[in-house]
Amino acid sequence: MDTFLKTSVSRRTVLGAGVLGAAVLAMPNILRAQDKSLKVGVYGGYFKDSFDKNIFPEFTKATGIAIESVAEPTGEAWLVQLEQAAKAGAAPADVSMMSQVAMLKGQTTKLWTPLDLAKIPNSKNLIDRFVNKYPDGSIAGIGAVSWYITLVTNTDVYKEAPTSWAAFWDKANADKLGLLALVSNSFLLEVTAKTFFGSTNALDTEEGLLKAFDKLAEVKPNVRLWYRDEAQFEQSLKSGEIPMGQYYHDVTGLAASEGHPVRSTFPKEGGVQDSGCWALSRASKKVDEAHIFIDYMSQPAIQATLSRKVGTSPTVKRELLDLSDKEFAAVSSDIEPIIPRYDLYTTKSDWLNQKWTELIVG
Amino acid sequence: MKREPPQSIADYGPLFFPAGMLLIFFVVPFGTMIAVSFFQRQEGGFYTPAFVFSNYERFLTAFFGGVLGFSLMLAVTVAICCVVLALPFTYLLSRLTRRLQVIWLVGLLSVLSLSEVIIGFAWSTLLSRTAGLSNLLVKIGLLEQPVALFPSFGAVLTGMVYQALPYTILVLYPAIVRLDPTLMEAARTLGSSPIRAFFNVLVPALRNTIMATLIMVFIFALGSYLLPQILGRPQHWTLSVLITDQAIYQSNMPFAAAMAVFLVLVTLGLVALTLLIGRKGEKA
Repeated sequence: MDTFLKTSVSRRTVLGAGVLGAAVLAMPNILRAQDKSLKVGVYGGYFKDSFDKNIFPEFTKATGIAIESVAEPTGEAWLVQLEQAAKAGAAPADVSMMSQVAMLKGQTTKLWTPLDLAKIPNSKNLIDRFVNKYPDGSIAGIGAVSWYITLVTNTDVYKEAPTSWAAFWDKANADKLGLLALVSNSFLLEVTAKTFFGSTNALDTEEGLLKAFDKLAEVKPNVRLWYRDEAQFEQSLKSGEIPMGQYYHDVTGLAASEGHPVRSTFPKEGGVQDSGCWALSRASKKVDEAHIFIDYMSQPAIQATLSRKVGTSPTVKRELLDLSDKEFAAVSSDIEPIIPRYDLYTTKSDWLNQKWTELIVG
Repeated sequence: MKREPPQSIADYGPLFFPAGMLLIFFVVPFGTMIAVSFFQRQEGGFYTPAFVFSNYERFLTAFFGGVLGFSLMLAVTVAICCVVLALPFTYLLSRLTRRLQVIWLVGLLSVLSLSEVIIGFAWSTLLSRTAGLSNLLVKIGLLEQPVALFPSFGAVLTGMVYQALPYTILVLYPAIVRLDPTLMEAARTLGSSPIRAFFNVLVPALRNTIMATLIMVFIFALGSYLLPQILGRPQHWTLSVLITDQAIYQSNMPFAAAMAVFLVLVTLGLVALTLLIGRKGEKA
């Protein structure tokens, strides 16, 4: 006690402490930088719920960085919002999960901060096609998860699972299909090309594309619903109202495990494999945290957890994962997938969109 | 009380607030939209400021003309259906006791609290083959087996009329309540049947209100983009659906803006035409 009282506090110390205190108060940025956090955009609904429950709490435990998850809409709506916000210097999310087409569109305005692979050592685990690069070779995004769009059926209506995408063209299925309404998210041109013209290379030329459009026009009488909103189709598929269509393999598997009469089939031509990248908005100041996050998400163990808990297909190489054959088969397939022709959706997007709209509306 | 014309700027004071709001929330955004509609679209990206007409050129085709025509036809049909249903309903409502009127109006207001999404999904269930109304008809024996009543034009129309009907009634209600009851009494005394009196006295007396209501519902229905998607086939999609596609899914803001500007101009033109015809009719 005595010693405490005797401890003299010099005038200098008091002044110094005062200045420091004032500086801290005047620069709230310093305070904010200390409680580390990161805003992460993931698709709203089932995806976000799964991440909030199974992935983000573990990440915060491991790194001390708090995650604030933001529900992002599917499609390119989120890209437009990020772009408008970045123009104003704001980032509604630091890191977002973006589709491949959105990644390419964002590249044209340099929306994505180039990533430093030296700070993401786990990026070596990734399958090459899941590293999204700018034309100059810098890294725009790192594969987050991939997923399959497959042929789905209601098991009450179809006792036997169809084996080929050609089932969409079967006259017996008149007015029974639910298909995605946009050229850039249904990837039906690729499906048509692979099923009837050998491979998606058939879409290289304008004649090839027109041929695919003509073939696709034959599907129209079979389509009851062209959906933009997933809930619209999922409900109808479960009830058997619309007993066949294209849908996401992960969500269909989840619905089946909950006892709904639905199944997802990988047709012999392959499921459509689409993927999402983690990308960092140029308006974000959390560059270091973002790299830590992306590195963490690229670990094989985390990718395996995602496959088990969220039902997504991993973006890291198969041999690095501890997934059993059965677990792997649940989220993926050994059948060679149909990889969408993302290049077409940037170089020919308006032409494709116009033709597509005329095809389904006209 | 005699109203003085405003003498100084201060007398116009109360107008500044609404004028400012109109400027900030209507004139500025609309101006921005017009500007963007002339910008250069960058395929595979966003847009750059420019002054080009290519966005309007792309719109001026038979395809978009057809979509625009369908949207206008749909909106007009919805407006007519709403007024035809709402006019007799509101008239009968106005003759109920105060207490019953309040109950009905509260019920109608509660429909307004439903979002378009809920209305769309509710009707799609009601019109479905698996759980819909046609199952009831099968139970009664009127149908052999349940049928799907959506997607179809009828389903879109039903959903949109359901959504717009409360607005229609709420707009008609004050005018009908204020209508002099002696007008109808006089018609009755002179030997007119109730239905004849309704059409020969009430409807002409409310002509301006009916016109205004038609225009309001028409504009309200023109902006609808969710119900045609949920309840209709692609050929029932309105121009608003295609605008949304361009703006949100294709990130083609200039083209979306051009379509929207066009839609607004056509709408204003039609409204002006309607008012003009109405005024000529009055003079005659």
